[in-house]
Amino acid sequence: MDNFSCPIPIAEYPTILLAHGGGGKLMHQLIERIFVPTFGNPTLNVRHDAAVLGVNGVRLAFTTDSFVVRPLFFPGGDIGSLAVHGTVNDLAMCGARPLYLSAGFILEEGLPMETLWRIVRSMQAAAQSAGVEIVTGDTKVVDKGKGDGVFINTSGVGVIEHSHCIAPDRVRPGDVLLVNGDLGRHGIAIMAVREGLEFESAIESDSAPVAGLVLELLSAGIDIHCLRDLTRGGLASALNEIAAAARVGITIDEKLIPVREDVQAACEMLGFDPLYVANEGRFVAFVAPSDAERALDLMRAHPLGEGASIIGAVSDEDAPLVTLTSRIGARRIVDMLSGEQLPRIC
Amino acid sequence: MRFIDEYRDAAAAQQWARAIHRITTKPWTIMEICGGQTHAILKFGVDELLPKSITLIHGPGCPVCVTPLELIDKAIEIASRPAVIFCSFGDMLRVPGTNKDLLSVKAHGGDVRVVYSPLDAVKIAQQNPDREVVFFAVGFETTAPANAMAVYQAKRQGIKNFSLLVSHVLVPPAIEAILSSPTNRVQGFLAAGHVCTVMGYTEYEPIAQKYRVPIVVTGFEPLDILQGIYLCVKQLEEGRAEVENQYTRSVRREGNQPAQQLIREVFQVVSRQWRGIGPIPRSGLGLRDEYAEFDAERRFDVASHHVEESSECISGLVLQGIKKPHECPAFGTRCTPEHPLGATMVSSEGACAAYYRYRARSSANG
Repeated sequence: MDNFSCPIPIAEYPTILLAHGGGGKLMHQLIERIFVPTFGNPTLNVRHDAAVLGVNGVRLAFTTDSFVVRPLFFPGGDIGSLAVHGTVNDLAMCGARPLYLSAGFILEEGLPMETLWRIVRSMQAAAQSAGVEIVTGDTKVVDKGKGDGVFINTSGVGVIEHSHCIAPDRVRPGDVLLVNGDLGRHGIAIMAVREGLEFESAIESDSAPVAGLVLELLSAGIDIHCLRDLTRGGLASALNEIAAAARVGITIDEKLIPVREDVQAACEMLGFDPLYVANEGRFVAFVAPSDAERALDLMRAHPLGEGASIIGAVSDEDAPLVTLTSRIGARRIVDMLSGEQLPRIC
Repeated sequence: MRFIDEYRDAAAAQQWARAIHRITTKPWTIMEICGGQTHAILKFGVDELLPKSITLIHGPGCPVCVTPLELIDKAIEIASRPAVIFCSFGDMLRVPGTNKDLLSVKAHGGDVRVVYSPLDAVKIAQQNPDREVVFFAVGFETTAPANAMAVYQAKRQGIKNFSLLVSHVLVPPAIEAILSSPTNRVQGFLAAGHVCTVMGYTEYEPIAQKYRVPIVVTGFEPLDILQGIYLCVKQLEEGRAEVENQYTRSVRREGNQPAQQLIREVFQVVSRQWRGIGPIPRSGLGLRDEYAEFDAERRFDVASHHVEESSECISGLVLQGIKKPHECPAFGTRCTPEHPLGATMVSSEGACAAYYRYRARSSANG
């Protein structure tokens, strides 16, 4: 009990800003300077999407996630389905088979019952298609004006049925990077609704449970070294996190990164970079080079990996930098998201 | 994507780069005026394709960066009032004022909203008749027509609870200020394509003549910039000093006249203070007397305070092209996007932000 003073000095950030939840540098600072040093233990210190726990010889994955998205309903999903997919995907990033979820609801006084009913049914449908059961829950109601309709927290437990270790410290020079589809759709779908942007056809969120696809890769014997879902902060922040944790350099090629044309157009208009936009059904896989082509074929054969692409590789440079070859053939760094690109999108 | 991809084509970019190499025989220093061009240059690595003898220096064309500290403090004071809904382009929110920024006003309960168009702010005023809606009208000639339209419509529709906090600046006086400085080393300019889309380029012709500098109206995609540099170098090598238009798909010599008319209807030319640079005569726009009721500075009677800039920040020198961002001792260490000393580190058009984001830093802790 030697240090009672706050590790993020008042002079730096006296109050919480939206960016502290944005998946970028400030959130990272919270985790590294407040949460990890205080709660620190070998399981947490791995800094994975879910904790891997050994219980009587069985390896379990355990994770939690909260959902505050606005609007509650958006093209391609809603807060209910998102709350299931987000947690299921965090479990999948450890290579776990998701089994059970909890659901905690924070409801705002005045929320139409019909709205809650739609959300709950959507959660159940999402749980069914992801092969999980919602087995426990909690409900709290806050005063009108103290919430934003509905906030949902889900926690999840899954079982790891193989001996693979999937974690940043297994990443090696030469590893090949794959993404399972086009990037940026979730963030832009939300933004389009909020900003009233209209496209010829609505951009739908990519929100989906990817555990099935991950398990298929594993059961085909693909040597997966690391997985990360590309939620807040997008591909750029995920790669920076892994580069820092594994102390490796990562190079990607802008030409190979799949982004749909309507998403690209929206990004150009809004001034966003699709590398930083959130996804809810996309992940990056670090795969042994000898398995890369086979992994790509397997992904493309799966409905949630049709747009999969090899986007780069791990270099043998020591500096934990992410480098991108631009469309015109020059190289630049890709930094972690600083501040907030899209507020509250998941 | 059409109208984008063809201007980012690798083979065509290499071709233009080779053409620039072929015609370059001497060292030349060229300034791209607009911060949007600076970001495109660093994001796509355009400068890496150029001969070593060509130096690009980054101009003052970042409206967020040149908005005076005093006005940002005023914005913060107005936005902190409970009856106010303060609307702004997202870029302004992280610009440091003397003590805080607009984002922290929001975190303390201020109603600060990001809008993409000033007309959205007018709509918010209509929907909230019991609140005062203020739009932070910053920008060069590019944003002036939309800001003018917002005030024009508010007046026509009798909307009383809407006002503008105006910090509009103009490009040609800034070019003249740079060229008449004794420390100037700029030999040619890439003018900002979007500004010229509105204003045309006749006002640049006397500048090119008087100072004997080529000025090339240039777009924002990598190929636009390469072609703009090519045209500029060609003029320099041939000893010409003309205004040329690279961005013909958007810019006409006379510009967009209805937009100019609207600007003249609502705004008048005034002298303005440029953050980091100082006062430049007749370098900005202010509301005309007929529209004075929409001037937030009058409506809210905010006091002017004497303000001190960070003594360490060299953004003024960066904005004038005298220093590059990484030549600042605080760059990437005491000044980062999370802890900016100056606006150039947080604006999406700021040169320091571009270097921080796209160039490897010696300290890899960022």
